[in-house]
Amino acid sequence: MNRFKDTGHLLRFVALFVMAFVAFLIIRHFVVPKSFGEYGHYRGAAIGEIAARPVRFAGHQTCETCHADILATKAPGKHANVNCEACHGPLARHADDPSITPPKLDTAVLCIRCHAASAAKPKNFPQVDADQHAGGVPCETCHKPHDPALADGGAK
Amino acid sequence: MNIDRRHFLIMLPAAAVAWKYVLAGTPEDSPNYKMSDHWWSMLIDIPKCIGCGNCVRACAAENDVPDGHFRTWVERYHVTDYDMVNPEVISPDGGKEGFPAVAEDAGKYFFVPKMCNHCADSPCTQVCPVGATFVAPDGVVLVDQTYCLGCAYCVQACPYGCRYIHPEKRVADKCTLCYHRITKGLTTACAENCPTGARQLCDLKDPNDPIHAFLKTHHVQVLKPQMATGAKVFYNELDGSVR
Repeated sequence: MNRFKDTGHLLRFVALFVMAFVAFLIIRHFVVPKSFGEYGHYRGAAIGEIAARPVRFAGHQTCETCHADILATKAPGKHANVNCEACHGPLARHADDPSITPPKLDTAVLCIRCHAASAAKPKNFPQVDADQHAGGVPCETCHKPHDPALADGGAK
Repeated sequence: MNIDRRHFLIMLPAAAVAWKYVLAGTPEDSPNYKMSDHWWSMLIDIPKCIGCGNCVRACAAENDVPDGHFRTWVERYHVTDYDMVNPEVISPDGGKEGFPAVAEDAGKYFFVPKMCNHCADSPCTQVCPVGATFVAPDGVVLVDQTYCLGCAYCVQACPYGCRYIHPEKRVADKCTLCYHRITKGLTTACAENCPTGARQLCDLKDPNDPIHAFLKTHHVQVLKPQMATGAKVFYNELDGSVR
């Protein structure tokens, strides 16, 4: 008795499955990005692409390579640990090409951003009511932003 | 070597599976940066935060964050003596232009800067249907914007509300912990521009990082620890009323 006499139709069916599977693998190879699965279930190359985005803030180490004099001025003062770009804004373009001049700053806006009096701020942080404190006189008349203590050592 | 058609067909699927590993490129753009050497986190020192909004502005300038959306923002909490569990929380324009002044001193006020917690077991990456968001080998949660469908599943999965759909790109966007900066040896834009040092980038894999000593000697918390997200943004002296 030959039980497997009429198995031709089954083999054709299996062949169809194998062909579909191979087609699936081939299509998959072309549509799945090459670095997918390199580190996990994501495109590994995305990490490098995100790391390659442009930098806008140069970082205080970069500023200090040229402006060591300002660093020395700041060192003894209360603003020693305030980084340059915290007030001066993003200046990576200036660092790359010094002919691009940084924008002029307005102390009337800048100082008050941090030092405006508010009961919500930490008590040990120096705060002033600008109108009462100076009556409209610009901050830098008395306080030099890089070393803000008064020259005569009166007020801090 | 003599391969007949039958053997060739048998070997074809195996070759197709292996081929992508053969072609996988190296993604690391910064030549001296090794992902396996880092495990990034951030320390936020609540008593130092003055609510100036410098971090929010710096983040927007560094990362082209669209108006009205935030990768980091600052909240001001006001906890009164008679209702500790329902603090009044404000964050006008994410704290970008600072906060309105407070004259009288009733109750307690403090500022809480918020950002992506770069969770080690992040809920957002687990729900992504296409593998467009992931925890990188150095612990930073990133979005592959060329792969993202914009389904916003991750936006609703984040328990901290740190993701948004970019209004023009129509894909998920979030804090990258300034990945383009930290891989070049710089600190994040928010930490660089914090005038009081309330934000500090930390590398938990660096044995010389001051974070290790700080965590031992201070009362440090993460947000929503009960959600077991493995959050890596550490808050020093965080008030219990913060959600």
